[in-house]
Amino acid sequence: MATVPAEYALGLAAVLFALGLTGVLVRRNMVYVLMSIEVMLNAAGMAFIAAGYRWAEPDGQVMFVFILSLAAAEVSVALAVIFRFFHRTGTLDVDKASSLKG
Amino acid sequence: MDGLFYIASAIALVSTFRAVTGSNAVHSLLYLTVSFLASAAVFYSLGAHYIAALEAIIYAGAIMVLFLFVVMMASYGPGRETEEKRVTRPGTWAGPAALAAILLFELVFVLTDRGLVPEEGRALGPKAVGIALFGPYLIGVELASVLLLVGLLGAYHIGRK
Repeated sequence: MATVPAEYALGLAAVLFALGLTGVLVRRNMVYVLMSIEVMLNAAGMAFIAAGYRWAEPDGQVMFVFILSLAAAEVSVALAVIFRFFHRTGTLDVDKASSLKG
Repeated sequence: MDGLFYIASAIALVSTFRAVTGSNAVHSLLYLTVSFLASAAVFYSLGAHYIAALEAIIYAGAIMVLFLFVVMMASYGPGRETEEKRVTRPGTWAGPAALAAILLFELVFVLTDRGLVPEEGRALGPKAVGIALFGPYLIGVELASVLLLVGLLGAYHIGRK
């Protein structure tokens, strides 16, 4: 039985990462920017999985577990910041977040 | 096995594209959930069973619920009911539901046809991952736990009134 080449999985990860990067650069809504960052993190993890699949080692999956915990911590803090920002300004526009005050 | 990978990756690409380019936040979140489920199928086809389960539980489950929570909280107010009616129309969830149905068919095929399970040589189950995690990567696990604790405290501190 033929198996999937690891290059295809790497290519899929690259395309997903590019989609996420485009979203971060193009979208102006904070929720969409954060969603795109999640897509990019997931794509990076997929690259690790593809590498672990290529060499049949568990290290790629270990790295994905770390990326997963990183994404969970990041998204909780970022969503709290977005929530505060929305309550303060009434908008989710990234361009409105150009001034910060402690 | 190959078909599983190709179909799942096509679904992942389509749903990610729709999620990033959509204009309705709830709509995009549905597509993003499907994208993560498709990624889980891709991981399964690459022999990473444990990661596939984690992807479905944490990414498609917990993180997406957090997103949905904030989107719902950030958009409440007058006119919410008509917005609610608009969001729950079949046109909103038909696309993600169709993609998720294809994934469900893949899942059923994998469950019924044992020939589709990744071969023993290339599949790395939870046992190998756990041995690596709590062996050479133990410091990383400790650091990840500290990171999650800091994330919890940070979210609490920022989010309180």
